[in-house]
Amino acid sequence: MSLYFKYLLILFKSQMQYRTSFWLLSIGQFFIPFSIFAGLYFLFERFGQIKGWEFFEVALCFAVIHMAFSLSECFARGFDTFSSLIIKGDFDRVLVRPRSTFLQVLGSKFEFTRIGRLLQSAIVLIWALNNLPIEWSILKALTLFFMITSGVLIFTGIYMLAATMCFWTVQGLEVANIFTDGGREMAQYPLNIYQKWVARFFTYVIPFGTVNYLPLLFILGKTKGDEILYMLTPLAGSLFILPCFLVWQFGVRHYRSTGS
Amino acid sequence: MKVYASVLKLRLLIGMQYRSAALAGVATQFFWGFISIMVFEAFYEFTAVTPPISLKELITYIWLQQAFLAFIMLWFRDNELFDLITSGNIAYELCRPTDLYGFWFAKLLAQRLSSALLRCYPILLVAFFLPKPYNMTLPPNVITFILFVITLLLGLLLLVAISMFLYISVFVTLSPMGSLLIFGVLGEFFAGLIIPIPLMPLWLQKIAYVLPFRWTADFPFRVYSGHIAQSDAIIGVFIQLGYLLGLLWLGKLALNSVLKRVVVQGG
Repeated sequence: MSLYFKYLLILFKSQMQYRTSFWLLSIGQFFIPFSIFAGLYFLFERFGQIKGWEFFEVALCFAVIHMAFSLSECFARGFDTFSSLIIKGDFDRVLVRPRSTFLQVLGSKFEFTRIGRLLQSAIVLIWALNNLPIEWSILKALTLFFMITSGVLIFTGIYMLAATMCFWTVQGLEVANIFTDGGREMAQYPLNIYQKWVARFFTYVIPFGTVNYLPLLFILGKTKGDEILYMLTPLAGSLFILPCFLVWQFGVRHYRSTGS
Repeated sequence: MKVYASVLKLRLLIGMQYRSAALAGVATQFFWGFISIMVFEAFYEFTAVTPPISLKELITYIWLQQAFLAFIMLWFRDNELFDLITSGNIAYELCRPTDLYGFWFAKLLAQRLSSALLRCYPILLVAFFLPKPYNMTLPPNVITFILFVITLLLGLLLLVAISMFLYISVFVTLSPMGSLLIFGVLGEFFAGLIIPIPLMPLWLQKIAYVLPFRWTADFPFRVYSGHIAQSDAIIGVFIQLGYLLGLLWLGKLALNSVLKRVVVQGG
């Protein structure tokens, strides 16, 4: 763990060497989701609601998933750009070090400029929470926290799966974008607006539904039946990372260097 | 002119090599298309007022957008050109006996064309045969279709002319990221990529209509679905031409002025 923080610190310092570039990029990162959010806002201005969901409810949904996405892009960037490690043959160096590959790849890259994106979603989150009539309790606050954490874990899991594929394909796969970018795009609306099969796939296979649809129902007080069950879904969703971890270990054992 | 044509052809052939990458792109775009259609479907389902664009027109709009994504996205970029500028290899380019603007224009045009050619057929083909309501529909008549093709091609030229400014700005800033983000975010928003222009609030539509971005993609797509009447479409073609000539002239001017001051730092 202390090694991880060392990686974090070193890479932070190195990125801070280019201070202007860092701030410009952060500002840019702020505006990308901002334009998406503006689009969402304008749609609500025109239509008023989406299948019975109000603007601020969807905004909360949006904020949670974007926050999770930006955090995972910041901290799991190493897996996202893993293919370059393979192509250059740098992964050989990782293998000879007496530390776990997971930790080293995770620590190989951080993208701190995602702070802009994080800030944007944080503002939306606060704005949405201020305008929603929620009766707060410790349980609900905890649920919100779990939603974001579990979202980060799921995104990280997808990055890991995509990175593992690189062991066989060498090149990075664009298809993984469907589940990261596409998943984020999709999960910014409550899942029940989609067709059944989409909602099912993204609840049981890639559990975005457990991050921001089911617990959202609990926070907004829309649940029917056992509340505790809804509250615990983010925890169940975060289990997604376990099989990803196993697949990663399996992939590492089948690694063949490109030799370059 | 012959030089530019051969650059175009060569680059087109290179671009066509990346078939598997294109296939992955197609899958992503399909997913994207489905998601946005479902979102709009949900919005339309319980709406009290009649929206300014029908769901059917909107679905066609979205599939066209996905099929011709390479004609809209401003961040679809050529890193090679950025590297040339920042690393100083631009010196080689300047030695060539061709005009740099035309040379790059042909190169960028070919990239977008090849990418779109590879991707649009599978997307359009499948989109036509999808079950209702997700399928794409044919344009109302032949003339509309011809107008669509003309406006689409003009839109493509216009987009390349806009994207040239991106490369020109790198001469000044030396880092492509800043201008990429600004161009990308604003340009895509005002080209109707995030929400279609007819669904924007009126004040925003007014801004969008003034800017050149919507003429690249939003305009031809709406011509296709018949949302823009034929007579308006013909006027639009002239506006497109006007923008195109204006931007080409400005771009050439800007490129020449930055080239006068360009510093090649060894390397």
